[in-house]
Amino acid sequence: MGIFSYFRAKKSSAEVAKNRLQIIVAHERAQNGGYEFLPRLRQELLLVVQKYVHVELENIRVDVNRDGDCEVLEFNVTLPDNKR
Amino acid sequence: MGKIIVVTSGKGGVGKTTSSASLATGLARRGKQVAVLDFDVGLRNLDLIMGCERRVVYDFVNVIQGEATLHQALIRDKRVENLFILPASQTKDKEALRMDGVEKILDELSSRFDFIICDSPAGIEHGALMAMHFADEAVVVTNPEVSSVRDSDRVLGLLQSKTRKAREGGNIREHLLLTRYDPERVSRGEMLSVADVEEILAIPLLGVIPESKSVLAASNSGEPVILDDASDAGQAYDDAVARLLGEDLPHRFLTPARKGFFARIFGG
Repeated sequence: MGIFSYFRAKKSSAEVAKNRLQIIVAHERAQNGGYEFLPRLRQELLLVVQKYVHVELENIRVDVNRDGDCEVLEFNVTLPDNKR
Repeated sequence: MGKIIVVTSGKGGVGKTTSSASLATGLARRGKQVAVLDFDVGLRNLDLIMGCERRVVYDFVNVIQGEATLHQALIRDKRVENLFILPASQTKDKEALRMDGVEKILDELSSRFDFIICDSPAGIEHGALMAMHFADEAVVVTNPEVSSVRDSDRVLGLLQSKTRKAREGGNIREHLLLTRYDPERVSRGEMLSVADVEEILAIPLLGVIPESKSVLAASNSGEPVILDDASDAGQAYDDAVARLLGEDLPHRFLTPARKGFFARIFGG
C-alpha cells in the first residue's frame, strides 16, 4: 500500500469488481428466483381477467417479494379508466 | 449411509478436479472409506490428477450400461488405503449418464463408503446437473475473480432448485472453497478478498487455498497436492478436510508472507 495510496482517490480494482458483482448477482438472483413459471402465470392470469375486463399484459404485474422468512406472491392488475 | 458431496463451480479451470482429488485423498488419509467419481464424460481428467490413468479399464458409463460391475470399475489408490476412483468415460456421449443409472451407482456406493465425492464437469448442463442431483453437501470451488464468483452464484441457485434434496423440500449443505488466492494481490487491492466473496455468495467458508506452484507440480506428477505436506496449498486442503469432518480450525494463508530482509530492501 505505502504512503501514496493515502492520496489515491481512485477505487482499487478489487472494489470495482465487488461493486459490479453485487449488482449483477442481485439482478440475476431476482431473475432466476426459482420461479420459472411466473411469465406463464402472468399470461394465464391475463386470459382469466380478460373474460371480465379488457386489460393488456402490461396492466398485470406479478412479483415475488421477500418479507423476512416469508415470500409473498403479489398480483397487481391495473383496471382501465373507461369502466362500464 | 455414506455422504455424497459434489465438487462444483459452474466455471471451468477453477480447480474442481484438483480439489476433488485432494479432499478425497485427505478424507481417506483420515481413515474414511472414500470413492471419488469423475462426472466429466468425454473429458476424463480425474485419473490424471490422481495418477491412475494407466490403470483405467472400465469407466462410469460401462457400469451404467451393465458392461462392468462397480467392483470391476473402481480403481484402488496405491498410496492411501480405503480410497477408490471411478473414472469418467472418454468415448461415450454425455447423455449416457442417465439419472436412474447414476442413482443406482450412488446407492450402491453409499452403502459401502463413508464419503462419495462427485467431481462435476464445468458448465450447468446435463453432466453438471447429474453430479449435483443426489448430493447431500456441495463444495463450491471459486476463484477470487468476477466471472467465477458470478458462475458460483448461478450454481448455488441450481443447488437450491434442481437437486433431489431441493425438490423434496430439503437443503443441500453448501461450502465455499476459495482457490488460487493470492494474499499479496489482495493486500494491494488487485484481487477480491475472502470477505468480499463471502459477502456476495453468503455461504460458509470451508477453506482458502493459496495460489501455489505446488499445485501444478502435483498435477504434473499425478499426486494430489494434499500429499505434499510441505506445501501451503497441501496444508490448506488438509485444514479443509478437517473442517468437513467437523473440526473448527482457523483459516491460514490469508495474509502475505513476511518478506525477508533483502527482499524488503531490494524489492521482491
